[in-house]
Amino acid sequence: MPLSREDVFAKVKEVLVDALGVDEDEVNEKATLTGDLGAESIDFLDIVFRLEKTFGIKIPRGELFPDDILNNPEYVENGKMTAAGLMQLKQTMPHADFTDFERDPDVGKMPNLFTVKTIVNYVAAKVA
Amino acid sequence: MRWIWIDRFAEFESGRRAVAIKNVSLAEEHLHDHFPGYPVVPASLMIEGMAQTAGILVGEARNFAEKVILAKVQRARFEHEVRPGDQLTYEATIERIDDAAAYTVGRVCCNGKPMGEVDIVFSHIDQNLSGLEFPEENFVFTEDFKSLLRTYHIDHR
Repeated sequence: MPLSREDVFAKVKEVLVDALGVDEDEVNEKATLTGDLGAESIDFLDIVFRLEKTFGIKIPRGELFPDDILNNPEYVENGKMTAAGLMQLKQTMPHADFTDFERDPDVGKMPNLFTVKTIVNYVAAKVA
Repeated sequence: MRWIWIDRFAEFESGRRAVAIKNVSLAEEHLHDHFPGYPVVPASLMIEGMAQTAGILVGEARNFAEKVILAKVQRARFEHEVRPGDQLTYEATIERIDDAAAYTVGRVCCNGKPMGEVDIVFSHIDQNLSGLEFPEENFVFTEDFKSLLRTYHIDHR
């Protein structure tokens, strides 16, 4: 039986509580991993590892958390993501909500794309 | 100063599992300060002992080509104090290793009885932290360090 979105969320919550040492009630779908939950770069590796283990899925590097897009000079201009960059990123991350980021594509705000919801969307699509 | 908190390897299965032994002695300077009249091994040094056991295991798995850095102590739990005369055993198992990182789970025994757990995430830093560059030479597994490994008889590869 496929997992419901609620099941996925409950397990993702468990993963984040274990990986980041946060309280359960801090983990809601809107919470950003770095801003709200205090994740650091190494935590992303840890989260990916735990998700793979918990859900029995394989997450290719850069698929859930793309990390190489900012290294492409075509995609960043004056600290903002270019239209081409944004298009590329949206394609890479269909699981993320771009509403706020599109309004102000400041690359410093890119981590805000990585929310609990982003993970739940990603995993839900993967296990469907 | 030698920052080495394991005495020898008792078992070593390449890429999989290692068991190291640490004999606790009152000749260790710090035990006289931690605490005066009541020497106990600091938990932080048991974490270090496991990190060295697991770190060497992880390094050896890739022929010491990667710079293996302790990125995160995922869990550390100890059930009781460890005193001079006790023997600690650190058993580290690689749960997963890939290009970017390695994850180890560790069991600590005191005089043969389970007494704690230390799970660690290591980073292969050249493969991580996009954009940052590190010195070419391997400053984790230096020649000095490798000579130490020879005493553990695990440099044969």
